[in-house]
Amino acid sequence: MIPGTFEYHRPKSVAEAAKLLRKSKDGRVLAGGHSLLPMMKLRMTEPSALIDLGAIAALRGIKKTGTKLVIGAMTTQHELLASALVAKNLPILHETAILIADPQVRYVGTIGGNVANGDPGNDMPAVMMALDATYKIAGPTKARVVKARAFYKGSYETALKAGEIVTAIEIPVPGKHGFAYEKLKRKVGDYATAAAAVLITLKAGKIAACAIALTNLAPTPLLAEAAAAALVGRAPDDAAISAAVAAARKIMDPANDTRGTPAYRKSVGGIYVERAIKRAIARAAG
Amino acid sequence: MNDMSPNKAEREAKLEGMGCRRKRVEDVRFTQGKGNFVDDIKLPGMLFGDFVRSPYAHARIKGINIKKAMKVPGVLAVLTATELKGVNLAWMPTLAGDVQMVLADGKVLFQNQEVAFVVATDRYAAADGVEAVEVDYEALPVLVDPFKAMDKNAPVLREDLKGKTSGAHGPRKHHNHIFEWTMGDKDLTEAAFRKADVTIKELISYHRTHPSPLETCQSVASFDKIKGELTVWGTFQAPHVIRTVASLISTIPEHKIHVISPDVGGGFGNKVGAYPGYICSIVASIVTGKPVKWVEDRIENLTATSFARDYHMTAEIAATKDGKVQALRVHVLADHGAFDACADPSKWPAGFFNIVTGSYDFPVAHCAVDGVYTNKAPGGVAYRCSFRVTEAAYCIERAMDILAKKLNMDPAELRLKNFIRRDQFPYQSALGWEYDSGDYHTAMKQGMEKIGYPALREEQKRKQADFKAGKTRDIMGIGVSFFTEIVGAGPSKNCDILGIAMFDSCEIRIHPTGSAIARVGTKSTGQAHETTWAQIIATEIGIPSADIMVEEGNTDTAPYGLGTYGSRSTPVAGAAIAMAARKIKAKAQMIAAYMLEVHEGDLQFDIDGFRVKGLPEKFKSMKEIAWAAYHSVPPGMEPGLEAVSYYDPPNMTYPFGAYFCVMDIDVDTGVYKIRRFYALDDCGTRINPMVIEGQVHGGLTEAFAIAMGQEIRYDAGGNVLTGSFMDFFIPTAVETPVWETDHTVTPSPHHPIGAKGVGESPNVGGVPAFSNAVNDAFGFLGATHIQMPHDYWRNWEAAKSLGLIK
Repeated sequence: MIPGTFEYHRPKSVAEAAKLLRKSKDGRVLAGGHSLLPMMKLRMTEPSALIDLGAIAALRGIKKTGTKLVIGAMTTQHELLASALVAKNLPILHETAILIADPQVRYVGTIGGNVANGDPGNDMPAVMMALDATYKIAGPTKARVVKARAFYKGSYETALKAGEIVTAIEIPVPGKHGFAYEKLKRKVGDYATAAAAVLITLKAGKIAACAIALTNLAPTPLLAEAAAAALVGRAPDDAAISAAVAAARKIMDPANDTRGTPAYRKSVGGIYVERAIKRAIARAAG
Repeated sequence: MNDMSPNKAEREAKLEGMGCRRKRVEDVRFTQGKGNFVDDIKLPGMLFGDFVRSPYAHARIKGINIKKAMKVPGVLAVLTATELKGVNLAWMPTLAGDVQMVLADGKVLFQNQEVAFVVATDRYAAADGVEAVEVDYEALPVLVDPFKAMDKNAPVLREDLKGKTSGAHGPRKHHNHIFEWTMGDKDLTEAAFRKADVTIKELISYHRTHPSPLETCQSVASFDKIKGELTVWGTFQAPHVIRTVASLISTIPEHKIHVISPDVGGGFGNKVGAYPGYICSIVASIVTGKPVKWVEDRIENLTATSFARDYHMTAEIAATKDGKVQALRVHVLADHGAFDACADPSKWPAGFFNIVTGSYDFPVAHCAVDGVYTNKAPGGVAYRCSFRVTEAAYCIERAMDILAKKLNMDPAELRLKNFIRRDQFPYQSALGWEYDSGDYHTAMKQGMEKIGYPALREEQKRKQADFKAGKTRDIMGIGVSFFTEIVGAGPSKNCDILGIAMFDSCEIRIHPTGSAIARVGTKSTGQAHETTWAQIIATEIGIPSADIMVEEGNTDTAPYGLGTYGSRSTPVAGAAIAMAARKIKAKAQMIAAYMLEVHEGDLQFDIDGFRVKGLPEKFKSMKEIAWAAYHSVPPGMEPGLEAVSYYDPPNMTYPFGAYFCVMDIDVDTGVYKIRRFYALDDCGTRINPMVIEGQVHGGLTEAFAIAMGQEIRYDAGGNVLTGSFMDFFIPTAVETPVWETDHTVTPSPHHPIGAKGVGESPNVGGVPAFSNAVNDAFGFLGATHIQMPHDYWRNWEAAKSLGLIK
C-alpha cells in the first residue's frame, strides 16, 4: 500500500495547473484524493505527477447566477451540506451528499472529484444527470463544456480528454419540484448496492416533468429516459410507477460483486427506483 | 480509631479491588495517542522489509529474477527460499504439527503467499524493490472447494508430503487430507440413532472469516553480532512461546533472545501464530547486521495471515418425540488452506470442538473432523473464541433450532427441557469434558423474562398472519442461543504447545513504601490487564490498585507464560496472580504478627491490613508491613516481600450465557433491522463489570459482523474477493445494534477467585443468536437452514428460493 514515485505540484491557478498537466504527460490532478490515492497505493495507477488543485481559490465556492447554481469543482461535500444556497435551490444535493461516506471523507472529498473520476460507485454523477448539469472544463487550448448526460463513457472512462480539468458544475435550478435520492448500502461509507435519483414536477394532478438516474447499476451512471417517459403525462398512480420501474430495470446491468448478484441488484434497484419516485411525488405534491 | 478514621466501605473503595468499575488505566495513554506499538519503534540504522507476493493461488515458480530490484536505490537485499535454505529456514513448523513455507519453495499454494523479501533503507524503497522483482510463474489447477479436496483427481497441493501416509495427527486418507480426529462412542451413538423417534440432519457451514485486528501483524528484529543476541519486538499474543520457537528454529540460545510485545492493537487470535514476516525480519537482521522492521498492510493481513473458521459441519440429533435429546453425531470437513497453521494446543487438531454437545444432556455423542488442504491462506485461528468453540456452539445451537422446528416445539422450551441441570455439575460430557459448574435454567429463564419472550412470540404470530395476508413484506425473527464455552487452556493433563504445558504465571514484588509491581506471563491486546490484574491483587492483599503497576510482554522480565487467547488469561493467569498474592499475604501476616507481638494465628486480614482478633485497635496496614519487610523482619526470615506463582489449572472453566436477538427482515430487499439484542453472561466472579461489559460489547459487534456479512470469499480461481475493508464487512457504530447486557454469577469451584473468562463468550454465543433469528424469521415460510453470512443479498436469495420474490 505504498505508491510509486511521483512529483507533487500545488499550483495557484487553473492556467498553471493546466500547464503542469500538459507538461507531465501522464500526470493526474488531485482533488480530494479518495479514489485516486488508494489506486496509487495499490499501484493500479502510477502517475508521474500529481497536480493538487487544493490551492486554487477560483475552484471553490457556490454561487447563483440567474437561474443557475454554479459550484466550483473543489467545493467539498461538507461545504455542499453547509450551503444555504444548495439547501434552498437544490435540496437533492443535500440528500445525496449526506449519504456519501462519512464526515471525515466529506470534509476533504470534492464534488469535482466525485463527478469527474468516472467511478460508477460515485453518487453525484447520477444526480447531475438527473439535474441535467453541465461540466465546465479547462483544457490545454481552450475551455469547453460537456453535459453530464454525455460525460460518462464507461467504468472510469469519461469525455474528459488528456490535459483537461473539470473546473465547475453548472446546474439549472428547477422550479417547484419533488426529489429523492434513495440509496441502499451495506454500511456507512460503502458504495451503493443500488441507488436512484428522481426529480418530478406535478401539474394539475399529473406528472409534468420527470428525470430518473441510477447509481452503480451499470458500468456508468444511467439516465433512465424510458422510465421517466413512462411517468410523464400520467397521473402518479401505481400502474404508471410500475411501468417506470420496469423500464428502469431494463437498462440496469450491474456488476457481480460482494454487494450482491446482478439479479439481486436489479431487483433491489427497481425497488429503490420505486421508493425514490414515490417520495419525489409526495414532495412534489406537498 | 476515631471519627476521622475511614470506615470499612471507604477503605474498601480506596482499594478499587474486585467488583469495582475501575476505569481502564491503559486508556490514559491510548486516548492521547501515546501508546507504544511495534510501528512506533525506531532504531538507529533500521531497515525495512516488504514481501513480493504471489498473484496466483497455485503455480509453479520457474524463476525469480532480482537483478532489477537490486538496482532500485535503497534496496540492499532480496531474500528468497534459496537464501533461507542456507540457514535452514525456508520452511517453519506450525503450531499444528505441519510445516509451512516461509518463502515460496518451488511453488505457491495461495494467493498473496510470500515469495521474496526485499530489504531496503526505507519502506518506500522496499515497495519499489518489490515491484521490480520478476517472478516467472506457471499456473497450476486451483483447488478452492474443500468438498472437492479429496476427489480422486484433485490437484496435488503439498508435493513436500508426497508418500507420507500419516501426519502429526495420524493417518492421511488422500494427498490433500491432513488428519481425521474422532471423539465419543460411535457404536452407542449409532444404536441411539437406530432407536430414535425423531432425527434431524443438516449441513451447517461456518464460513471463512478473519479476526482483522486494528493493528496488523508486524515485527522489528535486531541482531547484535558481537553479543550474539537477538531482540524481537512484535505483535505477539504469546511472546514467551515465540522466544522458545525462535530459539528452537534459529539455534540461538534462548537466553540470548529477547522477545518484547509492546502495546498490541487487538489480536483476536490473529497474533498467536508465527508468520513468515517475523522469520524474514529476523533473518534479514542477521544477514545485514542492522535492525529490520516488517509491517503488514491491511490487504496482506486479510489475505495472508491467519483466517478463522471454514468449518463445514454435518450435524445429526436423535431425540424422543417429546423432545428429549438422545444422541448427537457431527462430521466436520475442515478447510485449513495451504498449510495446517491452526492455532490449537498441540494434541488438539480440531481444538476443543468436542464441546459441541453444548449445554445439553446428551447421553451419547460422536464427532469426527477431517482436515483438508486447499489453495487458500493457511490457518485457522480462534477468532475471539476458545479453540473451535464458536464453530461448535454455532453447530449445536443451529441444530437444536432445527430439531425444535421438526418437533414443532418452541426453541427456548426445547433447550429448557434438555439443559444439564444444576445438580448434575460437575458434569461429564459424552465427548469427554468435565463441566465445572453451571446454572443454565436460571440464566435462560432470567433472559426470557427480561426480553419478554412470550409476548415476542405472540407478536411474531400476528406478523406472520399479516405477511400471509399480504399486509406486510416484513418478517420477524427471534433468535435464541444458549452457549457453553470452554476456556482457560489449560490443564497440563490436556494441553500443551510444542510440549510446553499451558500454565501461566505471576510475579509480585512489594516495594518498601507499599506500592508494587506485578509481572504476568499473559499479554493484553486490549483486554485491560493493567487495570484488572491490579484489582485482583488489591483485594487479595489490601494495596490500592492505583499503587500496583502491571507489566507484561517482555520475556526478560516477565515470568514464562503461554499468552493471551482462548479467554485463558483470567482462568489461568488470574489464578496465578491470586496465588502469588496469597503467598505475599502469608508472609505479610508473619511480619505483622512479629510487629504486633502476637502469634500469627491471632491475626485476621481486614481489607488493607492485619488486625488482632478481639483487639481491634491493634492493626498493621499493608503499607506498614511492606516497610517492615525491608527493615525489621522476624529473626531468621529473609527480608523483602515478593512471590512467584506458576499455575497449572486443575480444569478448564465453563462460562455460559443466554442470548436473544429480535430482528425484522424486508424480504424484497433482504435488508434487516436488529430490533433488540439481549446478552446474559455468566463468567463466574466479576473482576471489573465495566471491562466485562466492554468485552461483551466488542465480542457482540464482531459476532454481528460475522453472522451478517463478514467473510473471506474466494472466486473459483482462488482470488480473494474480500481483501480490503471496502468489501470485508467491519460494522461502524451506525450499523451496530444497541446491546442489552445482563449477568448471573456462578463461580468456578476450582478457580482461586471463582472467575471464568469472558472476552470470547459474546462471539461464541452471539453468532448463533443472529443466525437463529434469520432462520426463525424464514422458518414459517418453509426454510430449515439458511447458511451464513446473512447479508442483504443472501437474505433476498433465501426469500427467492422460498418463492417469495416475483
